[in-house]
Amino acid sequence: MIKKRSYFKSRSLPYLLILPQVLITLTFFYWPAVQGVVSSFQLSDPFGLYTKFVWFDNFIALFKDPLYLKSIATTLFFSGSVAFVSITFGLFLATMANRVLKVTTLTRTLLIWPYAIAPAISGILWLFLLHPSYGVVAIFIEDFLGIDWNPLLQSSHAMLMIVMASAWKNVSYNFVFFLAGLQAIPHSLIEAAAMDGASPFRRFWTITFPLLSPTMFFVTVMTIIFSFFESFGIIHAVTQGGPGGSTNILVYKVYQDGFIGLNLGSSSAQSVVLMSLIILITFLQFKYVERKVQYTG
Amino acid sequence: MSKMKCFWLIMAVTMMISFAGSAFAKPIEINWWHAMRGARGETVQKIVDGFNSSQSEYKVIPTYKGEYDEVVNAGVAAVRAGKQPHILQSFEVGTQTMMLSGAIYPVYQLMADKGYKIDWSRYLQPVLSYYMNADGNLMSMPFNSSTPVMYYNVELFKKAGIPMLSKDEPITWDEMGEITAKLVKSGVEGGMVTAWQSWTQVENYSAIQNLPFASKANGYEGLDTELQINNDKVINHIARLKSWMSDNRFYYGGQKYQGPKSEFIAQNAGIYIDSISGIAKLQAAATFDWDVAPLPVESWNKKPQNSIIGGASLWVFKGLPAKDYAGVAAFMNYLSGNGPQILWHKETGYFPITLGAYEQLKEEGYYKENPFQEVGIKQLTRQIPNKNSRGLRLGYFIQIRNIVNEELELVWNDSKTPQQAMDSAVARSNIKLREFERTYK
Repeated sequence: MIKKRSYFKSRSLPYLLILPQVLITLTFFYWPAVQGVVSSFQLSDPFGLYTKFVWFDNFIALFKDPLYLKSIATTLFFSGSVAFVSITFGLFLATMANRVLKVTTLTRTLLIWPYAIAPAISGILWLFLLHPSYGVVAIFIEDFLGIDWNPLLQSSHAMLMIVMASAWKNVSYNFVFFLAGLQAIPHSLIEAAAMDGASPFRRFWTITFPLLSPTMFFVTVMTIIFSFFESFGIIHAVTQGGPGGSTNILVYKVYQDGFIGLNLGSSSAQSVVLMSLIILITFLQFKYVERKVQYTG
Repeated sequence: MSKMKCFWLIMAVTMMISFAGSAFAKPIEINWWHAMRGARGETVQKIVDGFNSSQSEYKVIPTYKGEYDEVVNAGVAAVRAGKQPHILQSFEVGTQTMMLSGAIYPVYQLMADKGYKIDWSRYLQPVLSYYMNADGNLMSMPFNSSTPVMYYNVELFKKAGIPMLSKDEPITWDEMGEITAKLVKSGVEGGMVTAWQSWTQVENYSAIQNLPFASKANGYEGLDTELQINNDKVINHIARLKSWMSDNRFYYGGQKYQGPKSEFIAQNAGIYIDSISGIAKLQAAATFDWDVAPLPVESWNKKPQNSIIGGASLWVFKGLPAKDYAGVAAFMNYLSGNGPQILWHKETGYFPITLGAYEQLKEEGYYKENPFQEVGIKQLTRQIPNKNSRGLRLGYFIQIRNIVNEELELVWNDSKTPQQAMDSAVARSNIKLREFERTYK
């Protein structure tokens, strides 16, 4: 029988030790979440003097609103694009960095930098490049490429801009994890495949990629959660949901309706929908994608 | 002196000082949460210092709580926690929410209760009317008020051979079309740009043309109000701006002021519509001669109404110690005096709210030296405000403005016709208005 290395004599000590963490989680996560769910069933003025229980009215109003449904579609498109762009680039850069060994430390450090930048600042940086009135790159696009670049009016331009700003920030994060994942793959496997005559692409596709799948899975989940929530700062700085609501993703709408517009019932209902959506997506990922993930090397 | 003696001496002196301190009552502290940052915040501090040094009973403590929406949210949270400040600055779009909050002490009542007999007719009426209830009683003290005007580039006008505009008589929108055409013809990239399109092109357009923005006297007479901006005249105006976009006579630079302002400063547009508080910004940034004119009117509109204001007012919260309110009233009274009003106007460009301050400024010859400043006041006071021009009293007004902005953008980018966009703006806003009405039933 294996002997336990350490154990607690007192039964209450372990509970005491996890108590601070439990308290923090309860206060800052569960309590507000419960409050949010409660007020999503209410119609309430900001000062809380008139509060009415209205069952599912807030939700019904939301799903009757074509713009809300559009906002869900926008969010899915946005986070899908951000995930695709940032994962592709992250993986590409990591593969490259894994090969180039001379200036690795410097390259890696430089590639990690964007992640340290706050989303709002990242948004402002991209705005300085691409604003139709004062953007440096925007002037180039207009003068040399002859494209009438105007993210203030063209929905597709605005979407492109926020996808780039969000993906750019997230590439570094993905890069770090992919690089770590790549370095954990034993060289002997790849060398053996090379000796068997597998091309570099085939080696990547049949050996590296499957072995990288846990990282890929983790990174996908994290990127989607990032694009659902943290991209708020970028949208706030760059488009404010415009033009014509075309970049108004769910989390920004919650802010606009709740914080700015003081429409508490509706914005709580929106948060509940947002929360359910992210739970659903994560659940689906775990249920269907994780099956294909191989954790053992 | 021995150490012991020295110690006792210090003790005695300390005791005496603290005793003397408590003999004079500590001033009552009055908290004022505001959204005035930078230079405006410094002027707020000057006004407060003036009040604090004028008497010793009360001490006003101003605190910058962030942007307008952040200040309102701070106020909401504070009221819910029972720790509200005495005075809260809230932006004009939040007027209906504040008025119905049940948490406020109406200013007219406060002033009457504390024995101040104020002749409200000596105030600028379009400023007061925005914050009055249906019975004409003032609910909050106007603080920073502005109105939109038209800025134009004098040099580009000269180059295009356009005569300078009058500071009193507004041009018509037809003339605006001709002027912008000449500007574009003379080689300027764009004719006109506008900041805050919902405020300047729909809200103020309706007020000046004497058109209702919403039913029930723009919402003053009941929560069962509905938007009415899908009328022929507003739609024509939007369609006209849209048609000007095809030859760059009108150019869209964004919902707020940054984009349009930078187009004007870069001389990409000859005309720029924005709040009078833009004067200071242009003085700091523009490298060319520019001037100010009143907003254009329709040619059929022989008697243009006053424009409406934007800005914020000061709300007094109830539920604080009764003795504090005399101080709040004293401060409000001080604030509306000529001294602070003139200082405020000169340093920030916001209107003086009393006729007294305005007349004194005129006598001093201030407007001879600064003719820009008077254009807004004249436009604001050219008529007695009526039901269409005294202001807007709508629930969820921030969202409604957002909706109007969104729908206008959909016109500008060819997704909708002006009729479709305004119909949709009305339908969407009415849903919000019904939701708001239901909350307070």
